[in-house]
Amino acid sequence: MSETGNPLLSVNNIEVIYDHVILVLKGVSLELHEEGIVALLGANGAGKTTTLKAISNLLRAERGEVTKGNVRFRGERIEKLTPPELVKRGVVQVMEGRHCFEHLSVEENLLTGAYTRRAGRATIREDLEKVYEYFPRLWERRHSLAGYTSGGEQQMTAVGRALMARPSTILLDEPSMGLAPQVVEEIFAIVQNLNQKEKVSFILAEQNTMVALRYSSFGYILENGRVVMQGSAEELSRNEDVKEFYLGLGSSGRKSFRDVKHYRRRKRWLA
Amino acid sequence: MSFFFEVLIGGLLAGVMYSLVALGFVLIFKASGVLNFAQGSMVLFAALTFVSLTERGINFWLALLATLAIMVVLAILTERIVLRPLVNQPAITLFMATIGLSFLLEGLAQGLWGSQPHGLNLGIPDDVLVIGDMFISTFDLYAAGIAAVLVGALAVFFNKTRVGRALRAVADDHQAALAVGIPLKHIWAIVWAVAGFVALVAGLLWGARQGVQFALTLVALKALPVLILGGFTSVPGAIVGGLIIGASEKLAEVYIGPYVGGGIENWFPYMLALMFLLIRPEGLFGEVHIDRV
Repeated sequence: MSETGNPLLSVNNIEVIYDHVILVLKGVSLELHEEGIVALLGANGAGKTTTLKAISNLLRAERGEVTKGNVRFRGERIEKLTPPELVKRGVVQVMEGRHCFEHLSVEENLLTGAYTRRAGRATIREDLEKVYEYFPRLWERRHSLAGYTSGGEQQMTAVGRALMARPSTILLDEPSMGLAPQVVEEIFAIVQNLNQKEKVSFILAEQNTMVALRYSSFGYILENGRVVMQGSAEELSRNEDVKEFYLGLGSSGRKSFRDVKHYRRRKRWLA
Repeated sequence: MSFFFEVLIGGLLAGVMYSLVALGFVLIFKASGVLNFAQGSMVLFAALTFVSLTERGINFWLALLATLAIMVVLAILTERIVLRPLVNQPAITLFMATIGLSFLLEGLAQGLWGSQPHGLNLGIPDDVLVIGDMFISTFDLYAAGIAAVLVGALAVFFNKTRVGRALRAVADDHQAALAVGIPLKHIWAIVWAVAGFVALVAGLLWGARQGVQFALTLVALKALPVLILGGFTSVPGAIVGGLIIGASEKLAEVYIGPYVGGGIENWFPYMLALMFLLIRPEGLFGEVHIDRV
């Protein structure tokens, strides 16, 4: 990824507080450049989702608030915009857990993604065909209710739905959640494809560090609401700490769980 | 046998009137997952406003337009003041909010226009139509016709238009709808406005039938068994449910009533609804809860 020039999207030292008391992000900064794929890594509760929601402004619906710092998209400050206004500017979030509209057919799901656009029927139709080209499986399932499709198909529907807004940036939250490794690879391959062909930039929030680093060019590691490490994907995957704590690899290769569990067994008096 | 059909047809036509009220519930439930307790109050509010305007010498169509405008404003205010601050709260919170809204509307309607009952004449003839040896009310026929047109229009709106699709999307998942750029506040304002319109139509027809008075709010209670039968999320369900409730309560009254001393028309629909809850809780046409395992 080129680090020169102005970033497409920049998050500058934001602090996020939920319900006026719970401090979740304690100064997170990151940058996404045009046509980049940036990985946002970290364990459960590190603040990945919150960071994405701070960008897409879905926080407010959850009583969260950006209290410090700012978010800029193409130089414009976007913290005060509503999610629909952001979608119109080209930033769409695909939420964790897919969130398809269960009682709408797959095709109707895709069509809702184009809600903000004032394009004519023919243009929308063309975009729909394009989504089906990327996700041939959705074409086969287009008339079934989204609620009855498989996890992988739902993830594809969710990404396809976001594409229908013709976004320049997609915030993809945990696309691998609950999916078989093979399906995960399939989805990431499509993400890469979209990035190269459609010039869509991605921020990927992932727990699956291994896969995420393979498909992204740059990564940030979050812990407890702070960025604790950042670097190019190669740098990160070579880093000893990342290997140890996120990839499960020690200096001597993959570790066995037998070696990791070195805590003393507790006596169970009451067992 | 013709007596049977006369009762049946009378029941079906009365059922259409129940459907009209149930429709208002369905609209709001579909788009926000909230049982709008204030639907009955909206019916009263609309009917009372309309009647009071016409009694002040305002032309029928002008009064209709003015009332419609007031219902739309009411919808926008409801979204702004009640719903928007409660985004993403549990359904029960929203339900409680609609109870509050219901009292507010009842108070407002009667405070503004007074609480005395009004007669309402829509200019629809209420004659007896004789077919063979059956007697059928023409008013009921007109009411059924109006309801049919309304339902057809709503079905097309929900299934074929961009806004209708967005409404259903919002009903499924607020947050996801917001994330793909559907502006919740517009959608909610639209759906409450449509529900207000349906309340107006229901209020006029019911008002013409039994007078515009406080008891109109109780019509909403009859809509509940209709909803349970037809399903809370289905427009056709509201219609079919209304027909079944209307027909069965009249038939029950005529054929079973005499054995138990009569008066069963008032509780029969609720018993039917109870039985339905045991057998098919999502109603005839309601959306089946999708569980993934």
